[in-house]
Amino acid sequence: MSSLTAMRRRSTSERRGGYWWYILPGAVGFLAVVAVPFGMNLWYSLTSFRGVGDPVFIGFENYQRLLGDPLFWASFRHSVAFIVAMAILPTAIGVVVAAVLFNFISPKFGSKVASFLRATYYLPQILPIAVAGVLWKWMYQPQYGIINTTLRDLGLGGLAQNWLGDSDLAIYAVMNVLVWLQIGYTVVVFMAGLSRVDPALYEAAELDGASWSQQFRTITLNQLRPEIAVVLITTSVAALKVFAPIFVLTRGGPGTSTIVPAYFSFSNFFTTTKVGYGAAVASVLALMISVVAVALLRYQTRNSEGFEDGRG
Amino acid sequence: MAVDSLEKPAVTVTPPSEPPVSKVKRRKRGVSGWMVLALVAGIGLLMLFPFWIAIINAFKPAPDYIANGPVSLPTELDFSALVDFWGGVDFNRKLLNSVVISGSVALIAVALSLLSAFAIGIGRIRGRVWILALFMLAFTIPQEALVYPLFVLTRDLGLYDTMTGVVIILAVLQSAFGTYMLSSVLGTFPPEVLEAARLDGASRFQVLRLVVLPLTRPTMAVLMTFFFIWTWNDFFLPLVLLPSADNQTVSVALGALSGQYTSDPTALAAASLAGILPALVFFLLFQRTLMRGVNLGAVK
Repeated sequence: MSSLTAMRRRSTSERRGGYWWYILPGAVGFLAVVAVPFGMNLWYSLTSFRGVGDPVFIGFENYQRLLGDPLFWASFRHSVAFIVAMAILPTAIGVVVAAVLFNFISPKFGSKVASFLRATYYLPQILPIAVAGVLWKWMYQPQYGIINTTLRDLGLGGLAQNWLGDSDLAIYAVMNVLVWLQIGYTVVVFMAGLSRVDPALYEAAELDGASWSQQFRTITLNQLRPEIAVVLITTSVAALKVFAPIFVLTRGGPGTSTIVPAYFSFSNFFTTTKVGYGAAVASVLALMISVVAVALLRYQTRNSEGFEDGRG
Repeated sequence: MAVDSLEKPAVTVTPPSEPPVSKVKRRKRGVSGWMVLALVAGIGLLMLFPFWIAIINAFKPAPDYIANGPVSLPTELDFSALVDFWGGVDFNRKLLNSVVISGSVALIAVALSLLSAFAIGIGRIRGRVWILALFMLAFTIPQEALVYPLFVLTRDLGLYDTMTGVVIILAVLQSAFGTYMLSSVLGTFPPEVLEAARLDGASRFQVLRLVVLPLTRPTMAVLMTFFFIWTWNDFFLPLVLLPSADNQTVSVALGALSGQYTSDPTALAAASLAGILPALVFFLLFQRTLMRGVNLGAVK
């Protein structure tokens, strides 16, 4: 090996080495805010820590108790309901609405009409969830809330309900708020996805005499597949994490009818101060979300020109 | 909306990219066309309805509400509910807290993201794929799995119930996302430009400041907007780590509203309006950035 190559190699490695300084602040932050706390949380989950004194190691007892705890299972059952409300319904509605706006409204009535409508769907997305919660809590209010007063005015007083106070209805009432919040996100993403679809595809289908619904099924759904997958995964992660709407609207109640894993661990931490137990719930939740997130990561690296393109 | 209408002066010319069929269609909208428009506009009205109903009732005198219900327009403009709420929770203070926290988080998080992404995307440091995977973990991990240790650590360090503590934590968490996004942008940075700068004898820091920074400014603006709004809307960590009323953010102040406001039918409408107003201002200011940026998170 000539000394020239050796020299060049050394200088490249030096150059590379110098870049480590730039990741130092981010790495220190990651350690202090994510890695160390996450490790501590795992440690707490193996103890009977109650927030004061020293944590006492009890092995996997918390996890064993979790498996037999109906509240734990209920909270994950409710997560499924919120995946429906935050991921599945908004995706289904969003695809149809985006396709109608992009392929029907925009060509017939102009793109301004379409983008104005898109903006109206997107508006709930900008609200802090806490504000959306206050707003809907007020509309759901059983005596003077707009939903019940309107029902009574229409002579349908029999349908008026204590929406958030009835343990059979509360979860649907919360789901309704979440659908309202999420539709704007899916519509915007899918419309952007449609703008990258080659118009020649629709043109050809049109010439072949394909109806709008045929075009929707064969072209739109196929072309939007990457967006649909990513949206489903990211919104499912958000649904598993859901906390603020529950805190603001129902605090997990009435009873435990709307409790979710995030709220369950929160109340163990700060209400009943069963820190060890809450930490175990949070760890299980983290594990489930990581599984979904890894699916996303694999999907994205498969579909993007990643960083491993051999350059540098 | 407002921004959009300023942008393009005329829509009579169909953009060349649109299929020619649409021109034909455009002329015959037909009954079915108007029906579909009515349907999507109807959905739009449903989406907007809660905003509208909050606005009109925030200014309605309480007896008017009790007599005529929530749907009718107010008989007179009454600011008392809004004024009561504003003063009752010291809303000016919450607004200031939110601006300070969100602004600091946005600035620090973007700076952190740029530094880390520079090392990963341009420096191509070893193990960058694993580092990115870790960063991705940081923004997907549920905050419940970090919150109790963060509570203990901030308490021990004297950062509990201080804005500094929350700003550091949120900035790090959001910079994880920013690093992820910016690294992929910088990963496609034209190598000729970097090579040219190096041949001119530019140091790494000069490359960052004079070459990379100006060229990625648009992306960073999008990121900063998002960080600001995310922090503004953030609920869980500010709820736990900023318990005292003097440090509360707008989001937490509204989310933690309890009993005292539910007896008066217009008080919650006023509270909602107070929460909606700043969000609406951001929306009108940043609408284009937001719409563009939503896709940043979903599909590269």
